[in-house]
Amino acid sequence: MQQRRRAIIGAFLMMFVGLFGLAGTAPAMAESSAIVGVITDPSGNPVPNVLIGVAAEGFTETGTSGPDGAFRIEIPKGGSYEVSIDVTTLPEGISLAKAEDESRTLLVLGGEKKIIIKLVDGEGTESAAPIDPETGEASTSAAGGTGQQVIQLFFDGILFGILIALGALGLNLIFGTTGLTNFSHGELLTLGAFTAIVLNELGVHIIIAAPIAVIFSALIYGGGQNKFLWKPLRRRRTGLIASMIVTIGLAITLRYTLLLFFGGSPRSYQQYAGMSGISIGPFSTTPKALILAAIAIVVLAATVFWLQNSRIGKATRAVSDNPALASTTGINVERVISVVWILGAGLAAFAGIYLGLTQDVTWNMGQRLLLVMFAAITLGGLGTIWGAIVGSLVVGVFIQMTTLFIPTEMKTVGALFLMIVILMVRPQGLLGRRERVG
Amino acid sequence: MDIGFVLAQSITQALGVTAIIYCLAAIGLNIQFGYTGLLNFGQVAFVTVGAYSIGVVVVTMGLSLWLAIPVALLASVVLALILGIPTLRLRADYLAIVTIAASELLRLVVRSIALRDIFGGVNGINGKIGAQFHALNPLPEDFVTPYLTFSRQDAWVVFVGWVLIAIVSFGVWLLVRSPWGRVVRGIREDEYAVVSLGKNVFVYKMQALILGGMVGALGGIIWAIAKQSVQPDTFVPDVTFFTYTILLLGGAARIFGPIVGAILFWFLLAGVGEFLSQAIQAGWIDFLKPTDVGPIRFILVGMGLMSLMIFRPQGIFGDKRELALDGR
Repeated sequence: MQQRRRAIIGAFLMMFVGLFGLAGTAPAMAESSAIVGVITDPSGNPVPNVLIGVAAEGFTETGTSGPDGAFRIEIPKGGSYEVSIDVTTLPEGISLAKAEDESRTLLVLGGEKKIIIKLVDGEGTESAAPIDPETGEASTSAAGGTGQQVIQLFFDGILFGILIALGALGLNLIFGTTGLTNFSHGELLTLGAFTAIVLNELGVHIIIAAPIAVIFSALIYGGGQNKFLWKPLRRRRTGLIASMIVTIGLAITLRYTLLLFFGGSPRSYQQYAGMSGISIGPFSTTPKALILAAIAIVVLAATVFWLQNSRIGKATRAVSDNPALASTTGINVERVISVVWILGAGLAAFAGIYLGLTQDVTWNMGQRLLLVMFAAITLGGLGTIWGAIVGSLVVGVFIQMTTLFIPTEMKTVGALFLMIVILMVRPQGLLGRRERVG
Repeated sequence: MDIGFVLAQSITQALGVTAIIYCLAAIGLNIQFGYTGLLNFGQVAFVTVGAYSIGVVVVTMGLSLWLAIPVALLASVVLALILGIPTLRLRADYLAIVTIAASELLRLVVRSIALRDIFGGVNGINGKIGAQFHALNPLPEDFVTPYLTFSRQDAWVVFVGWVLIAIVSFGVWLLVRSPWGRVVRGIREDEYAVVSLGKNVFVYKMQALILGGMVGALGGIIWAIAKQSVQPDTFVPDVTFFTYTILLLGGAARIFGPIVGAILFWFLLAGVGEFLSQAIQAGWIDFLKPTDVGPIRFILVGMGLMSLMIFRPQGIFGDKRELALDGR
């Protein structure tokens, strides 16, 4: 008893020591404050040579966007700054989406403050849709979409679905083998992304930092978490509901620890931050999104193949089906669970870096995706491999396609609603088996 | 450092409006989770519905507050029905996922720009929401709370709030001692045993969800009246998890659990926060910034919730034998 307690406390300590260690390296880059951003035209191409001015009491500075559309204006300290954009330096035929964006006042707390500048073709209007502060997206609805738009949204949906699948597969495997509904799975994404950004800020190129971060996350955040937290809890016979509440406590702890050490402002990896769009046939996208999706497809295919054909993969499915029976046939259930945690955390870390590369790295990035992942696995079928993948693709496409009819800011609403409807008509999910639900 | 001030602030928080709101949410959750075993991870949805109903009826529609209160309670019943019908027949983890999803869904809807004319978008609903309630304030104009730091308006809300909590708790006490209470506790312990006795488990679960939701909505009603402002991004899932922490701290399936839990939780949280702020200002702690206090408070809640669940799932008052928390 005493020993188990010590093991659990040890797990807490280890996690915190780990985070302190990571955090110690971070402030090196955050010492200077700056206002940063990337200016791109509506089709995603960078807009160079735009003049931007920053002014505060006793301080003025100007900067121009570089060939990649990015600008960075150093500021002496945190405070209130007025940022103005010289609209006469914008290219012909392009203007600000909102005329009031020409000058805005912002509060910089320190570090880098990213501003979003929306441009439109032709004349912008005062009444253009405001940008949602949570998603950073303009809340326009693409109502009355053309065939082109439908194809584009479908394509975006598949890409998003692949990203969700990376997170959802691990979540579903852990659920399948242990019965645990892991509300801290989103934090595995965030931790992976932050591990990569710490390495990246130490000067490691992201292409090298990413695999290191994935392996580190798999072993420490996945394997370590299972070994020092969940295994002792299973031995204590802590109930599943109690464990579920533990995952919530863990999620809150991890999330706010990241906020404490890394701050609330979004970060980007130093490579491939601003990338101009390309068009392939009817789709427009960025090269990095395509490459990431390709890697993700290979990773997912390999994982599924391995789970379906290898000995331990088959054992995983046996444990999902019936742990007691699997155990009596000589399968080492604890080992299977350990493998599943390592695999799940590795996939989640990759998903986090993927998300960080295509969007931003923030302290709550994983949490924002958690419910979408839950929707995906509930839809596809709790506890099954293919359920997670099919569910993710359906949810990804559904989320993107619904923006044809509802405002973008409400696209998650559609997915959550779909999940509730599916539960009413087919509670076991698309690919689940009936007896799992009872 | 002024220890007296830290203490006064902590007690003010422990008895204040926020503690009352969370206490009501926790009493509602106690009916659902503590007595019936329903894993409702979306209690904040009921608080949201309570608060927004008041805001919409009073400010958007310009009607009376006394009409808004029954509307809010009715809305919470509707929400419970919508949530319960698809999920109450399913296993506990499904209910957890669906309720947390529903609470986020609701928040995204009320903060949406499309419905800004009704719910006020990201800014929410602001205005003299509780004016009719505050007009009844019997306290003299120059009222000052001795020792504590309540405003005249807050003191009135706090008084009414604790009276309300006493009434609701008494109601819950009567209810759980009744045959109804024995059935729902039976459902928590062994659903099939209750089914075999010929009880319609679904109906009992639904009643528990509705009752708990209504009590949660009372918290939302107090929120709208006391703060005179309803903002969407305060109704995040963290509210639900704070409520769980409160309930588990005090002890689930105990009448005084939510009350003791709420008072203790806010006393500790405010005390730690205030102490840290003062220590940072006084220069005792130089490795933290004043803005770090917020995240630290959350980290403590998270670790507290984990430790409670691992080491003492029955909380302060609870009985471990009564509450055999288990799913599948």
